[in-house]
Amino acid sequence: MAAAKEIRTQIGSIKNTQKITSAMEMVAASKMRKAQERMKASQPYAKQIRNVVSHLADANPEYKHDYMVERNEVKRVGYIVVSTDRGLCGGLNHNLFKAVVKDAKAWHQEGAGLDFCALGAKASGFFRNYGGNLVAAKSGLGEAPSVEGLIGSIKVMLEAYDEGNIDRLYVVHNEFINTMTQKPVVRQLLPLSTDIGEDAEQDDENARPGSWDYLYEPDAKALLDSLMIRFIESQVYQAVVENVACEQAARMIAMKSATDNAGNLIDDLEMVYNKARQAAITQEISEIVGGAAAV
Amino acid sequence: MANSFTCNIVSAEASIFSGTVEQVIASGMMGDLGILPGHAPLLTELQPGPVRVIFDDGKEENFFVSGGFMEVQPDVVTILADAASRASDLNEAAAEEARQQALKAFNEKSSELDYTRAAAELAEAVAQLRTIQQLRKKAGKG
Repeated sequence: MAAAKEIRTQIGSIKNTQKITSAMEMVAASKMRKAQERMKASQPYAKQIRNVVSHLADANPEYKHDYMVERNEVKRVGYIVVSTDRGLCGGLNHNLFKAVVKDAKAWHQEGAGLDFCALGAKASGFFRNYGGNLVAAKSGLGEAPSVEGLIGSIKVMLEAYDEGNIDRLYVVHNEFINTMTQKPVVRQLLPLSTDIGEDAEQDDENARPGSWDYLYEPDAKALLDSLMIRFIESQVYQAVVENVACEQAARMIAMKSATDNAGNLIDDLEMVYNKARQAAITQEISEIVGGAAAV
Repeated sequence: MANSFTCNIVSAEASIFSGTVEQVIASGMMGDLGILPGHAPLLTELQPGPVRVIFDDGKEENFFVSGGFMEVQPDVVTILADAASRASDLNEAAAEEARQQALKAFNEKSSELDYTRAAAELAEAVAQLRTIQQLRKKAGKG
């Protein structure tokens, strides 16, 4: 019966693990709902600021902001990599890093240098091992990230762009397609792609016939400068918020499959346990019968 | 329609207010601004302070913004509020902090950083106070 007892303790420990994973699944499910709401709440701002920037750019064709001009030569590329702080979320971060490395390799082959900005503890950990040039890092953003927490890291990258240390800036994050699917995306932040204006116009074509010039306080150039920074910040913030929703969804799925696997394992072990028990009983009976026959 | 327009107040983290109003009063970079229907298109930076919206039934509501932008179009006013308080020094400090974290140098924070943070907090507190005082004044009159 020694084997049977061992199996019983094993079943007990798996049951405990199953309890933990199913609790984590439920926690992730409720956090995911909140994260999705946060994702939706940040959309109006991004849309409005996009409209304002494109209007401003349309109204002032003579002033081209540095962020809108395509640079001829790309010597260095910057990446803002948005990852999670904690693990246990399946292949979410791994897939993301694979996408970064693939994109970075393509630039590397063209002879461009690489700079990375890591948001989230997992990204800093990854780049420590991978050996990229990490210029800024921020972790511990939590489930409800604030714009305030991101300003510093974004500023480092924007300054690098202003000074010409990097000629292109990408943001890499997971896109929330649905609860089951998250896809890593590499999106260009700087220079701004030209379709930004077109997008906004399509939305509001009927509401805003024609174009007009604004009155500016203090002046158009200064306004556009600070608007651009806000615009980039809101883009990065959106990426971070979306990534949080992805994290919770991925964790929910990972924990669900862990719970299911634990269930299967318990079923299998119970089968083995019952067989061992039966074998022991059969053996005992045959021993008793054998003993009785001998007497 | 002629004497009202739509006002949206949004911050990066949430949509704060959206509705039809008669007047919006905000503190712009060059002083307080009252926006009535039919105002010329205007784009301005906002100072930290109160934003007052007045509805067509005379009621009004107060919001506090810690800076941002206001865009005035013939029939829509959009306020892009900053979610974060920002002073240029504080931004500098935040950037420095991110760099430091990248270098994994978790030494004690410099007193300068604490100072700029405190200064920004003070500026915001003063602005908040202004909002409260305005609210009080209104309450006293009414």
